[in-house]
Amino acid sequence: MNRVIKYLATILLMLSGLDLLAQTAIENKESAALLHQNGQIYLVVLVLVTIFAGIIFFLIKLERKINKLEKNLES
Amino acid sequence: MAKYWWKIVATVILLYVIVAGILIEIPYLPKLKESIRNLFYHVPMWYVMLFSFLMSVIYSVLYLRSNKLKHDIISNEFVIVGLCFGSLGMLTGMEWAYIQWGAPWSNDPKQVGAALTLLIYLAYTILRNSLPDPDKRARLASVYNIFSFALLIPLVYIIPSHLASLHPGSDNKPFEALKTQDSLLRYVSIPAMLGWILLGLWIFDIRLRIKKIESPEIFTNE
Repeated sequence: MNRVIKYLATILLMLSGLDLLAQTAIENKESAALLHQNGQIYLVVLVLVTIFAGIIFFLIKLERKINKLEKNLES
Repeated sequence: MAKYWWKIVATVILLYVIVAGILIEIPYLPKLKESIRNLFYHVPMWYVMLFSFLMSVIYSVLYLRSNKLKHDIISNEFVIVGLCFGSLGMLTGMEWAYIQWGAPWSNDPKQVGAALTLLIYLAYTILRNSLPDPDKRARLASVYNIFSFALLIPLVYIIPSHLASLHPGSDNKPFEALKTQDSLLRYVSIPAMLGWILLGLWIFDIRLRIKKIESPEIFTNE
């Protein structure tokens, strides 16, 4: 449970960073200019990729956990 | 590492599908407009469901031939994965229909067929879980599963293709939608199908390995 909270906190922190990026980009055009093009569709892509990365991250974590259990069972 | 390559392939394909599905130039469709992009996200859910139920019925037949309990467990795990993706397909379909057809539910033949399929497979899980004896459970579930699959194909593919439907591929032209699909869409829709099927297999793999840890005796005596 503690671990879950830790991962959630990490993801939230990462997301809050993105938020900052989007806000400062208005003043600092070069840093995230791509995110403002074409009616900000790239921003949507970024969000989707983030969600997908989160799901894959979760699956890999599960994978590791099961690997550990499998090793314990063998020994 | 050698065991994981297909999971990496699944991740790469789906990353491509998510990005390309949003950014690719689509042909102008007066009614669907940008919502045709749902083809890359909504339709693969049903392909995963169909693939999972197909694998499940294969393992049911294998169980009935071999009487090995592990085949029944594999079959059951495939049904669960199929149900999850089928429910996602239903939900996303209703969201799409709410905007395009004006209501989330309009008794479209394909909608009704898909809903019946999901109910039939839900009944499978209830039937399987209600029997305490493992051999009887496996036997009954396998037989029921074969009947379920025999119903799935007419309910989702054959009957809707003979009726007037809001879905493409109606009025006795089941492959019309595939034939007229713009080749640009295929660059994304085919990888999408493959990628999501691989992700479904990944989830199945995790579930099966949990079962193997829970009851290793079923899987060890070959």
